[in-house]
Amino acid sequence: MFTSSIGRKLVMSFTGIFLVLFLIVHVSINACIFANDGGEMFNKAAHFMGANIVPRILEIGLFLGFILHIVQGYMLEAKNRKARSAKYAVSYGNKGSKWYSRSMALLGTLILIFLILHLSNFWLPNRASQGLSLSGEIDLYAKMKDTFSGHNPVTAITILVYVLGCAALGYHLAHGFQSAFRTIGVHNKRYNKMLTSIGYAFAIIVPLAFVMMPLCFHFGWIS
Amino acid sequence: MEHYNMNLNLKVWRQKNSNTKGEFKMYRVENISSEMSFLEMFDVLNEKLIADGEEPIAFDHDCREGICGACSMYIDGKPHGPWHANTTCQLHMRAFKDGDTVVVEPWRANTFPVIKDLVVDRTAFDRIIQAGGYISVNTGNAVDGNALPINKDKADASFAAAMCIGCGACVAACKNSSAMLFLSAKVSHLALLPQGEPERHSRVLNMIDQMDKEGFGSCTNTGACEATCPKEISISNIAKLNQEYLCASLTSEK
Repeated sequence: MFTSSIGRKLVMSFTGIFLVLFLIVHVSINACIFANDGGEMFNKAAHFMGANIVPRILEIGLFLGFILHIVQGYMLEAKNRKARSAKYAVSYGNKGSKWYSRSMALLGTLILIFLILHLSNFWLPNRASQGLSLSGEIDLYAKMKDTFSGHNPVTAITILVYVLGCAALGYHLAHGFQSAFRTIGVHNKRYNKMLTSIGYAFAIIVPLAFVMMPLCFHFGWIS
Repeated sequence: MEHYNMNLNLKVWRQKNSNTKGEFKMYRVENISSEMSFLEMFDVLNEKLIADGEEPIAFDHDCREGICGACSMYIDGKPHGPWHANTTCQLHMRAFKDGDTVVVEPWRANTFPVIKDLVVDRTAFDRIIQAGGYISVNTGNAVDGNALPINKDKADASFAAAMCIGCGACVAACKNSSAMLFLSAKVSHLALLPQGEPERHSRVLNMIDQMDKEGFGSCTNTGACEATCPKEISISNIAKLNQEYLCASLTSEK
């Protein structure tokens, strides 16, 4: 069932919704920095995720979800591109479809680039310090401050990748959110409209909350 | 609207057969009436080409009243030309202005190989229909018209899906060359009716199987197909197809 064209779309849709749920958890925990209490609340929340066996096990599932979504996405894109080897002289363009709905692979690649940098910024050093144990975490708040507040080329590039990554995430979600539900089979017009609106709201609010984090540290809006 | 005559430059794809490489050729047509259809304009051009001893341009056409699904030109970047919910044969020359250059290409998809010039082989659609786009009934006297009550909403939705003429514009417009709008129209049309019920599950499974075998791309819900469809088949049929497929996969033993 999951090897047919619709089956593979279903994989994209289920993993996509799973990753949307992850984003809600991630953005909620990170938003603790906006409490502006020197990272006390944020570090408590981060400690709960890093020093507790349940989230650590669920993390493996998260990686599987990411890998499935990324690999399947690239495989589908390759298959779809192969379906038309002779291109049109005049392209179809924007008639009836949005540019970002046609650029999901490109947007996904931008997110992947961001993701690699992001993991090497925070997740890798933290887990390297922990090993397989549930203790020995680094001070993630201090690490964030350190990563984003400097005024040097490395910080500037890091922030640029974060801003681009969040913008790509926004557009990816703007199409992906409602598309996932269509793939599962929601075809009631009222619900589709509702899901599209929720998708747009999600695609604006979540990436905006994420992108505020490096910007806030960089410009000293939180201390 | 007032009638006027125009001269046009046409950039048309010419290809001898499926094995040769094609190329664009420029043609000039003069004194074309704004009341002509796009195909009649091609007839005028072909008459001239024949008179000049040149090979006329091959293009598909049959009913010329927008219901058969034979005509298939990709005009200025859109299947069936600039008008909304329209077929090439029903596109009138008043859509163009004097001196315009119009680019005419065949449908482009590996599943629709070019046979000659603007004619493509759309038998992949026939094979998808043969895989399940039908109902099995006993022969004999026709059943009384209203013997089988059908909910009005469902009858309307089914009829809207049955409007599909199988022209392939959805595949031509789709960035993935996906046949999902076509297939979803065929599946929805029968799934909504009691007559389609007995073969409901095997139909969707077999038709999707055939679609994948043909090598069509998969749908990414961009909406380009719906915007170009001459019969305004709704993209919500694709969501309906997804649901039919999911239910059939989960419940049937095949």
